[in-house]
Order: sequence, then structure tokens, then C-alpha cells
Amino acid sequence: MSSLMDPTSKTYTPELTTSHTRDRDTSAFQSKQLERRYWILLCLFLLGGLFCSFGLLVYNNPVPVQSPSFWPVVERRITAIVTMAIAALCQSLATVAFHSVTNNRIITPSLLGFDALYATIQTSMIFFFGAGALIGFTGTGAFFTQVILMLGMSLLLYGWLLSGKYANLQLMLLIGIIMGTGLNSLSTFMRRMLAPSEFDILQARLFGSVTNADAAYFPIVIPIVIVVSILLFLSANRLNVIALGKDVATSFGVNHRRSVIYVLILISLLMSMSTALIGPLTFFGFLVATLSYQVASTYDHKYVLPMAFSIGFLVLTSAYFFMYHIFNAPSVVSVIIELFGGVIFLAVLLRKRSL
Amino acid sequence: MIKLDQVKKSYSDHVQIGPLQLELPKAGLTALIGPNGAGKSTTLMMIGRLLHLDEGHIQVAGLDVSSTKSKDLAKIITILRQENHFVTRLTVRQLVGFGRFPYSKGRLTPEDEAITSKYIDFLDLTQLEHRYLDELSGGQRQRAYVAMVLCQETEYVLLDEPLNNLDIARSVQMMGYLRHVADVFGRTIVTVLHDINFAAKYSDHICAMKDGQVAAFGTVKEIMVAETLSDIFETPLEIIDGPYGPIAVY
Repeated sequence: MSSLMDPTSKTYTPELTTSHTRDRDTSAFQSKQLERRYWILLCLFLLGGLFCSFGLLVYNNPVPVQSPSFWPVVERRITAIVTMAIAALCQSLATVAFHSVTNNRIITPSLLGFDALYATIQTSMIFFFGAGALIGFTGTGAFFTQVILMLGMSLLLYGWLLSGKYANLQLMLLIGIIMGTGLNSLSTFMRRMLAPSEFDILQARLFGSVTNADAAYFPIVIPIVIVVSILLFLSANRLNVIALGKDVATSFGVNHRRSVIYVLILISLLMSMSTALIGPLTFFGFLVATLSYQVASTYDHKYVLPMAFSIGFLVLTSAYFFMYHIFNAPSVVSVIIELFGGVIFLAVLLRKRSL
Repeated sequence: MIKLDQVKKSYSDHVQIGPLQLELPKAGLTALIGPNGAGKSTTLMMIGRLLHLDEGHIQVAGLDVSSTKSKDLAKIITILRQENHFVTRLTVRQLVGFGRFPYSKGRLTPEDEAITSKYIDFLDLTQLEHRYLDELSGGQRQRAYVAMVLCQETEYVLLDEPLNNLDIARSVQMMGYLRHVADVFGRTIVTVLHDINFAAKYSDHICAMKDGQVAAFGTVKEIMVAETLSDIFETPLEIIDGPYGPIAVY
């Protein structure tokens, strides 16, 4: 013990004199077994997702393969699957990155008010202009109006709160929550005054659903989402350091404020694309991110981000496959995902140690 | 050399640090001592650019900390705060490897790996290197954090109460490591210490702070004076000559 206690008794030299060997090299995983488990699970989830999408494409097709109307059906279903892939990519990447920049794993980027703003836009359309206007509120114009409104609001929030002298991430989140709550109350108030039939039309829009999506947006949405995802993936090493907190990141030479704003802008792009495309999915991102931390068991975003995407895609495709084709209850998919997500949220909160 | 020139930080009208005028010598170990709320941690954080200064300039090795790029400073100075809590689960080796970030931006080269191993071995963490931090005792975890900042291989190392929550044996061990880093590796260490006797035994210079001002700065002999210390801590204390130098008795 005494020799352990006194490091000066050892003859250390400033040169590299260690017993370093290749097998000691730093890995993103604690052990080889965990690394192998990661790759096996990633492949399994991706295959599962592909299997479910294949099932969604061909299972229960009302027309036989030889018939000329077989392909139009498949095409429509492909639109739904592409939408699921986009939603999975946007929500999972945005949530994981959001957790890392905020150093908090029990919040979701919806807190910045994306869902509330979406609900308010939809409700005010029907409230001020009637059901016809809401039904007509589709197409690229409407899509971009929503994306720009959501982006504008979030950028205003970041710019205002993160560039001043008293820049504070917690304050920004709080203001985001308060704004979201305010917008939600406003839209609830407007909904109260709607006729039941109008309310019914609105309600269908307010649950996130891939059937809300229109393939006409794909040529614009897909490139943006892919570019943003690649940018986020390229920031993986920086995200690893940012996740250690502001002080440690600064000490390692990361410009914390600039990096956080950069990542938050990427997050808003992903969130606004996803929300404008299919509507709000409050717990989905959280559910996927939390599962991927448990399954990936690494700190490294290079591994967590792909895992989150594969889990997100599997959850969406399997939920739709089972609800549409096995249980014949298409309208409850998002309800099921939110319920499932809510339960996991509670479970995680209760065993907070593993956060 | 670390140079503070008319540095001021105000928290409110009543709570103000500075103006500080101070030169901390290069090489060796300097201890920052003083009562609670004297501004030791604030000063350390301003030097380590974690806290914005309201007025004045701080230079580290001739570079102004407010205007020099953070990534350039990261190769010259590093700071370890008192409380470290990470949301991610890391092994000791992963944590220490992060210290190479300023050089390799997250892609560890064979040289980085060797340096990482060197500091893990130096702090006797070899057996624990693949353990998760939450599986370690407080003392082991503290050693891992110190290994992380040393692995950054900066000329200046700032530590905020590295002995916090350590028992006597671990404290002596930690100070032994720091002394070794200063003597053999030739680094400059500035550390906040609460125990005057640890400061007296292990440091070369002591900077005593009180009410946001530098109350005294000098070698151990110059500061370990009963009158000076009684005044700073507002507690009567005596200095006696021990086998390893002056000891404060209170």
C-alpha cells in the first residue's frame, strides 16, 4: 500500500514509457462482447424494419400481383414507408442530439414548441377560415409556410436567448415550454368553439400520422433531411464532447455556444420537417432515443445515432404493419406509439439511475 | 506565466471579485487558499475561461484568454471543476482519452493512445481502465478526472479543490501525484485547496484570497505566518514548526 501511496517512489520520466499495447486501445464500447452485441442488434433492427416495410408493401394487397392495378397500390404504400423513414430519421436524430446539447435525457425537442405551433396553425386555419380552408391547406405552399413558421420561432428563441450575455440553455427551454403551453391553450380555446364536424376534421390532423404526408413534398424534404442528418453525423465527435457539459467541452477547446446553436439549428430543421410532414409525435423521439441508449451502451454518437434511426424505423413500420394488417385498426397507430412511449417515459423516470 | 491585470467580476452590487492584480509563476505548484466565498473558484474559472470577466485582462503564456481561440488555448491550459457529472456512461479509458480531443478531435491516433495509457498508468488506474465511472469509488473517480486533464498535456493545469471528498490517504496520494507532475513533467499547477497544511507541505507558492481580493501572495514561508493567516481566516491560529515545514494549528 505504501508504495501505491507515494508515486514519487516510482521512476517516471516525461517520455512515453508505458506498457501500452494495441489491445489497450480506446474503444467506444466497454468490451468486445458489447461491440458485437451492438452490431448484431443494429442488423436485426434494420432487417426487422425492412421486413416490416416489405410486409406493408405486399401483405394483404387487395389486388393480385398479375393485375395492372397492383403497382399503384404498392406505390401508395411506398409513399407511406418513405414517410416513416423520414420521420424515424428526423425524430430519432433530433432527440438524441437534443439530449446531448441540453445534457438532459428526459426532455424532447417538442418542448421548443414545434407540436404546439403545428396545432395552433391547423386550429386557426379551421377557426378563422372554416373546414374548407383546412382541407385545402395542403401542397408545397402550405408545407413551407409551416416549416418556415416553426423554424422562425425556434431560431428566434435561440438567437434571443443564446447570444446575449446571460445566455442560458435552461432559460431557453423554460421559455420554449411556456410558449408551447400558451399556444396549446390558445388552440384549445379555439377548438372549444368549433362545430363538432369541424372538430372531427381537425382532430384527424392533430394526431401524427404517415397518411398525412404527401409525396409531392418528397423532392424537397428528402434532400434537406439527408443533408442535415449527414451534418449531424459529422458532428458526432463534437457532440460526444458537448455531452460532457459546457465546462469540460470549453476546457477541451470546443466553442460551446456556437456548437450548441449549430446543433440546435439542425435539430429545428429536422423537427419542423417531420412535424409539418406528418404532425406531432410527442413521445416517439424520446422513446426511440431512450431505447437506443440502453441498447447501444456507448457514449459515442457515431454509434448511437444509427441505432436510434434503426429502432425508430422498426417501431414505426412494425406499429403500422400490425395495426393496419393484423389488427385492422389503422387509426390508433400514433395513439399506441404515444401510449407505449408514455409508459417507457414513466419507467425510465422511475429508475432514473440508468439515465 | 499567468497574469491577471485589473480583473473584475461582479455578481451584484455587494458581491464583487477584484480588481485582481496577480502574477502566478510558471512551473511549480501554486495553491489558492482563503475562506468560503473569497472568490478562489471564480478566479480559477476566469483564468480557465469558463467564466466571462467583466473588466480587465488575463494572460496565460502571453495569450489573452478572452480573445484567443478556445481550441488554441485548449493546448495550453486546462481546468477541472469541483463537481463533474456526466449524462453519458463512460469507462475510465474513454474519459481519459477525451483529454486528447484538442489534438485529435476525437479520432485517437496511436500516439494519443500511448499518451492515454501513460496517464492511466501514472494515476494507478490501469486495473480499472475498462470500468465505468459510476462503478468507482469517489477517490478513484477523482483520479480519473485528474488523469483526463493531465492527458490534455497542457502547460498549465487548473484544479478546483481536487481533494474534495477524499480521505487523508487519498489526499496525500493526490498531492503526491500533483507534486510529481509539477516537478518531473514540468507543468504549472494552480489548485484551490481548503486545507492550509496541505498547501504548506505541497505547494511552492500560496495565494491567499479574502473578500474577492488577493490578501497575500508569496512563498510558503512568507504566507505561513500566524498573523497573516489569522487575519485572512478571521480565526486565531498558530504556526508551529513541524518535521516537514510550518504547520497551522487551529
